[in-house]
Formats: sequence, C-alpha cells, structure tokens
Amino acid sequence: MTTGIMHISHARLPRWAPVLAGAVALALAGLPALLAGWGPLKWVAAAMVVFLVAMPAWSRVVEGRRAAVDRLVTGLIWTAFAIAVSPLVWLLYVVVRSGAPAINTEFLSISMLNVIGDEQGGIYHALLGTLLITVAAAIISVPIGTLTAVYLVEYGKTSRTARIITFLVDVMTGIPSIVAGLFALALLVLLFGPAFRAGIGGSIALSLLMIPTVVRSSEEMMRLVPDDLREASYALGVPKWRTVTRVVLPTSLAGIVTGVVLAVSRVIGETAPLLVVAGATDGVNTNLFDGRMTTLPVFIFSQYASSTPVGYQRAWGGALVLIALVMVLNLIARIVGRMFAPAQGQ
Amino acid sequence: VTTTASPERTESVTTPRPSRRGDRAFATVVRVAALTILVALVAVFVFLAAEGWKGLTSDSATYAPFTSFAGYIAPLIVSTLLASAIALVVSVPFAIAVALFISHYAPRRLGAALGYVIDLLAAVPSVVFGLWGGRYLAGYLQPAHVLWLHDHLGFVPIFGEPSPNGRSLFTAAIVLAIMILPIMTAISREVFLQTPRLHEEAALALGATRWEMIRYAVFPHARSGMVAGTMLGLGRALGETMAVAMVLATTPTTTLDVIGTASPPTIAANIALNYKEATPERQSLLIATGLVLFVVTFLVNVAARWVAGRSARRLAR
Repeated sequence: MTTGIMHISHARLPRWAPVLAGAVALALAGLPALLAGWGPLKWVAAAMVVFLVAMPAWSRVVEGRRAAVDRLVTGLIWTAFAIAVSPLVWLLYVVVRSGAPAINTEFLSISMLNVIGDEQGGIYHALLGTLLITVAAAIISVPIGTLTAVYLVEYGKTSRTARIITFLVDVMTGIPSIVAGLFALALLVLLFGPAFRAGIGGSIALSLLMIPTVVRSSEEMMRLVPDDLREASYALGVPKWRTVTRVVLPTSLAGIVTGVVLAVSRVIGETAPLLVVAGATDGVNTNLFDGRMTTLPVFIFSQYASSTPVGYQRAWGGALVLIALVMVLNLIARIVGRMFAPAQGQ
Repeated sequence: VTTTASPERTESVTTPRPSRRGDRAFATVVRVAALTILVALVAVFVFLAAEGWKGLTSDSATYAPFTSFAGYIAPLIVSTLLASAIALVVSVPFAIAVALFISHYAPRRLGAALGYVIDLLAAVPSVVFGLWGGRYLAGYLQPAHVLWLHDHLGFVPIFGEPSPNGRSLFTAAIVLAIMILPIMTAISREVFLQTPRLHEEAALALGATRWEMIRYAVFPHARSGMVAGTMLGLGRALGETMAVAMVLATTPTTTLDVIGTASPPTIAANIALNYKEATPERQSLLIATGLVLFVVTFLVNVAARWVAGRSARRLAR
C-alpha cells in the first residue's frame, strides 16, 4: 500500500469490460444451450440475463454501488430496445416468407369473382378499390388541409380561433378509425337509407383521418418559409393572397407533398372504417357512389376470417402487397422531401 | 422628398384596389376551410348521436343476450379497459426505455436512424398486426406465457382458465402494446431531448453517473411529456379495432379472465365483428356504442393535449 498517493478518482472498469462480460455471458449460456438443445433465441435471451446479473455484480465489487446501478440501467435500456425492435423484425420476416409464395401475375390481375374453394383468386378488385377510395379521400382532404394550414399560418396566427382549431386538429388525430367509419355510415344511412353502402363513404371516413396529418405537416412547412420572402413580395406591391399562392405555397410545396404522401400511406392500411361503410364484394366495382367496394385491408381481413389454408395464403399475399405499398409511399415521401427540400431563397 | 410623396400616395391608393377583392375572397375561403374542421368534429358527434339515439332505447330483443343498453355495453367496457390497461402496463416501461435509448444512450449518429426504425412500427397497417397476432404471436404466447400466468398467478381473477390456442384478450393486449409503442416513444423522446443541456452537464459535473443525471435532471423536466405520451397511447389502445377483432375469439359473456377463450370483445372490435349481421336496430345499437367510444377517446385526447401543452404537439401523429 502506497500511503503517499491520494486517490482522487475511484477505480474504474476498463472500457472493454462490457464486451468481455458479454462474451463470457454468451459462453456461459452456451453450455446449457448445447446440453438442452436450445435455439439461438433462447441462448441469446439466457446470455442477456447472465450479462444483466454479472456486469453490475463485477462493477459493484470494483467501482461501487452507484456505478453498478448505472451499469444495470444501461444494460436494461439496451435490452429493452432490442426487445422492442424484435416484433418489427419478426413481423416483416413472417410477412415476406408467408406472402411471397402467394404472389404471381394472376394474383395481381384477377378478382375473387366466382372463385370457389382452392382455385386461384386475386386482389385486382381490392387494389382498384383501395386506389379509388384513397384518391377520393386525398381529393377531399388535401384542399381542406392545406387551406386550414394557410389560415393558421398566414391569417389566424395567435388568435383565439386559430388556437382552438390547432387544439381540435390535435384532438382529431386521436379519433379511433372505427368511429370515423361509423360517422360516414351514419351520414349515408341518414341520407340514403339503412342498407346503403358505397366507396365514397370510405373516402369520407379516411379524409377525416387524413386531414389532421395534412394540416400538421403543411403548417409546419409554411412556418419554415422565411418572412423575408413574404416581405419582399409585399414590398413589390403584391397583394396578400397572391403572395400566399405564388410565394409561400410554391416554396413549401415539397414539404406539403411529403406530408400528403405520408398521410396517404397512413390511411391506405385502414381497415375498420372501410369494413363498416364500404363493405366487401368479390367483383370489380369502379363506381365510388354505388355499391360495395373491397379494399386491400378489408380483403386481407375477410380472407383471414374465412379460416381456410388458402384464405390464410391469400391474406398473407395481400399483406405483403399492402406493406410494400406503404413502404414505397414512405420512400417516395422521403425522396420528394429530400430532393426539393432546400427550396428556400430562390 | 415632399414633392415625390404625393404621386406615390395616389398610386398606393389606386393600384391595390382591384386586388382587395381577391384578398377578401381568399381570406374567406381559407376561413371556411378552417371552420370545416370544427364543423366536421361537431358533425361526427351529431350524426352518431342522431343514428345511435334509437340504439339506446330499443326493445329488449335487440340487446340479446342482454336486455338493456347498459347490460350490453358493460362487458365491452370492462374488456376495453382491461386490454388497454394491460397494453399500457407492458408498453410504458419499454416506451420510456426506448426513448431514453434514442435520446441519451445510443451513439449520436445512430439515434436518428433508430428513431426511424421505431416509426416504421407505426407504418405497419393494423390489419397486418392482426394477421401476425392471430397466426403467429398467439401460438408463441400460448405455452410460454399464458400457461405460465395461469400456473403462477392463477389466484388473480384475471388469469383464469388459459385458452388452448393463445388467442385471448391478453394476446390482443400485447399486440396493442406493440402498436401504441411508437407514439409514446415519439413524445417521450422529444421531451427528453428538450432537457436543458446545462442541467445535464451540471449534474454530470457534480459527479452524477449517467443514470443519476437522468433521474435528477431529465425525468423531472420530462414528467408532463411522459404523462401526455402515455395518455395518447391510452387513446390509441381504447380505439384500436382490427388487432383485437382478429386476435380474439369472442363470446358475449361477462368474465374478467383475460387469458381464456371466452372474453367479450372491446367496444371497437365488437363493432367490426358484428356490422355484418346488422338489422337497422342492431346497426343503431352499434353506432350508439361507437358514440360512447368517441366521447371517451375524445376526453382522453383532450386531457392528453392539455397536459402536453403546445410543445409536444408537433410530434404526435
């Protein structure tokens, strides 16, 4: 013991300590894993538990209680993240593995009309229905959404009305989708009688879900437009409405498009409202204003509900197409956002 | 200066005049659009009430196997609350841990990318979650967890006779927990990132470990954001339909057992499962239950937004 030296910092474990502990944990858990024939998942889970015990214990001996608690929490947080991501990985893997065998050109190009038993069926009618209903929903919600955003940014600003509307838009994001569907159903039933079903009802329900997202993203983008641009326009004698339509909107266009595409990707997978108000049918229906109309999510649900092997197969195929659609839309949104992002100061 | 002032003034009076009308028209259009949102929300309430009203006081045969509206909706409410509560209990610790991981633990460059991975969870359509929950997760949870819960916690009334295929309210609640994780993470992450830098550095300078810094500097600052995120998650869980409808094999009984085969569905799932056989009276009844759901989720969301204030609003999608 060297008494002459004052220790002003206490002992620390070396930087590679967690790596060593991890390796030891894997090895320790590997022994019972080999003996009992566990799969890799159980092995890693066991190793995690060993690590979460061993690492703080080692730290407790060398570094003291407070550092040991810190190590434990760090381990727990990494573990929690790994566990939280695992359902996503598992789900995507399952969808691709189970869905891929179902996909062929016929699956994409024929409907379920007169398909009996195990015959080859398709999702053509559902794709068409999804396209029509979603486009109609976008046509309803994009003007309302962007103009509301214009009101909030350029006109209402911090007025009482603007604050109330901002608050309501926030609350609207939390409306359960099934309630939106029931609203559209109640509307159609009141207007056209209790048995009426039509694709447009689905569009009304979806636009109720889309509007808040569109308002939010457009508002955000318009607030990013520098005031210099507006003032330059005013200084040239351009009236306010021309300034908004010719300067503010074009400058924030990319961001608005991104927001709209993201909103579409969100509602394209909605099932419950369409199930209630647009119903399901086996054939192609291109008339939004009359008759039942199948969409892709509803197709997946009804095939799943049939509880037959071929039904499950079709459901997985539909799920793969749907997930691919959503991911492609997300990707487009990001690309548009990135390509046209620095639109300021042209 | 004074000589040029007069022509300028006359010009400024004459030129904008034709465009004023355009300004006024545009301002009106924009105001109408904004008011549409208000009108839409009121319309949701009014139309649901107008159609659902009949469902509150039909003749007792409509409510079979129950005899009144209260009797019909009570088990649905119990199921909805149970499923949401289980989902929250499972999801909240993960949401906070994942948000902390992204804001304070992950390497800085990775943080944003990992946040995007969690957002991808929100992009997966609910019907796909339902499909996965019913076909894979239920089978996985049956032996490992449902049986275990029955064996070890069977004395708690909610863990009764286990379902043979794992398709129970408990499994549905786990799917709900996964589905509400992204929104809760997004809100918590944002408030964690807003912690004043100086507070964090002061804590570290006083010798706090990273965990102590988070406990004494980050959490007190983020408390209201965490509460708001949890409430938004609750709102989502209450209204989520397809995952529950697809995972649960339902029967209209009253039971507290969440791991058995015979649980009543949640309000939302009940609507989705019964819309087909709907006679006009039944349809009104379903709309009436929808009205109850709307009012409850509306209040939960209003409370959440009120707690969150404006700062967190950008992030809640």
